[in-house]
Amino acid sequence: MNVPSDLRYAKTHEWIRAEGDVVTVGITDHAQNELTDIVYAEPPKVGAEVKAGATAAVVESVKAASDIYSPLSGTVTEVNADLSGNPALLNTDPFGKGWIYKMKSSNSAEINVLLTPEAYSAQIGQ
Amino acid sequence: MSDPASLKHTPLESAHLACGARMVEFGGWLMPVQYSGIMDEHKVVRSSTGMFDISHMGEVTVEGPGALVWLEGLLTNRVGKLGVSRGQYTLMLDEKAGVIDDLIIYRTGENSYFLVINGACRDLDLDWMRSHLPSDGSVELRDQGNEYAAIALQGPDSEKVLSSLYPSCEIPKRNGISCLAPTQGGIPSLVARTGYTGEDGFELFVPVASGIALWESLLAAGVKPCGLGARDTLRLEMGYPLNGSDLSRDRTPLEAGLDKFSGINDPEKGDFSGRAALERQRAEGLPSRLTPLKLTVSGPPLRSHYPVLSEGVIVGKTCSGALSPSLGDGIAMAYLSPSLNAPGTALEIEVRGRRYPATVETIPFYKKPAR
Repeated sequence: MNVPSDLRYAKTHEWIRAEGDVVTVGITDHAQNELTDIVYAEPPKVGAEVKAGATAAVVESVKAASDIYSPLSGTVTEVNADLSGNPALLNTDPFGKGWIYKMKSSNSAEINVLLTPEAYSAQIGQ
Repeated sequence: MSDPASLKHTPLESAHLACGARMVEFGGWLMPVQYSGIMDEHKVVRSSTGMFDISHMGEVTVEGPGALVWLEGLLTNRVGKLGVSRGQYTLMLDEKAGVIDDLIIYRTGENSYFLVINGACRDLDLDWMRSHLPSDGSVELRDQGNEYAAIALQGPDSEKVLSSLYPSCEIPKRNGISCLAPTQGGIPSLVARTGYTGEDGFELFVPVASGIALWESLLAAGVKPCGLGARDTLRLEMGYPLNGSDLSRDRTPLEAGLDKFSGINDPEKGDFSGRAALERQRAEGLPSRLTPLKLTVSGPPLRSHYPVLSEGVIVGKTCSGALSPSLGDGIAMAYLSPSLNAPGTALEIEVRGRRYPATVETIPFYKKPAR
């Protein structure tokens, strides 16, 4: 499974990319592989307050619905509108076109609790 | 999930793992839920052929001079109307006409029958049957569930595959059953032209020791392994009920919309378990009716236990639901008041607090294109 080296990871299989004060959130390659065919995505609303570790979005495969937990606390600034018409982007390009939402972090210290690529790779057994 | 140590294992488990299956618990069994993906497997069965391990299902043979009379009282269909080598979908009801199980009964000889029962309620079914056996020894009942491995070969190309692998096998007609191969170790290998997908296909019953070889020969013939996930979406698109989700001891076959299998419309069917309760319910009116529903907007996949609303009021909840891979829409079944059962009735289904417009459909949800 792909674990890009420029991202940080949550134990619950989300990734973040921090660029300035904008943080992009998505699910990992490992997560999409476990979930299989993703047929529906429900991102948060723009302006929503999200909390680290709390449910921010839902993605659904044919078989099951899965909660996506926000890796950081803050305010949602943008959601990936392409997912509503093409939720399979979460499977085909989880670190790129399959991003779920962007947010402004309200507590930058939370980033330090997230896993490094090495630690996340170890968690998923590779 | 129940205690992993108590899970029952199919004789084909090693073959599933070799095919990259994801295994899940289902009705006390460890079973493959998918291999390449539910969407893909679903579409293969609709367009060519797929195979499902159905070894978790139970096989029961009933024989003896009293078999027919006893089965007539146990099941809703008119067993006496079945010709030798023919099968029929039927129901086993309790005194209140609650559904113990839905099953297929095949007549395999003059006085012998082969019953295929649901995997999740094998023990319950057998207890019920044994407790209702006549005491005069005229009926012999044998649980052969652990002696058979079973594979459902399903899809429009199934006949082609079967006849290429078993050129000397007499291919049964729809709902028929015949011998697949010579009897081994006292257990006949059977092939029935039945299934749970809405496609042409066969259910193959072979001795446990021959199960893996059958699986591998089908695999070599290009048949795609399919799991319980696709089995569920395929059956739901057809509106076939699943015992435990859509059928239970709390609902009658009339409520489940299975009127034509309920036995009470056949003037020559005698008394059977549940008959009086069915007659009474028909006279008094049904409290509910299993209703097919479809979202009218694109929305999340439907699942069981979602609230169904009429004019803002919760009127029931879904008992089965899925995203239909063939239609691309959310589909579901729910027990609703008969007043809400008319096709076209506008309802709503609530998913995570949001309400999505839905309409009452007719089954099958999926209408097969002409081929």
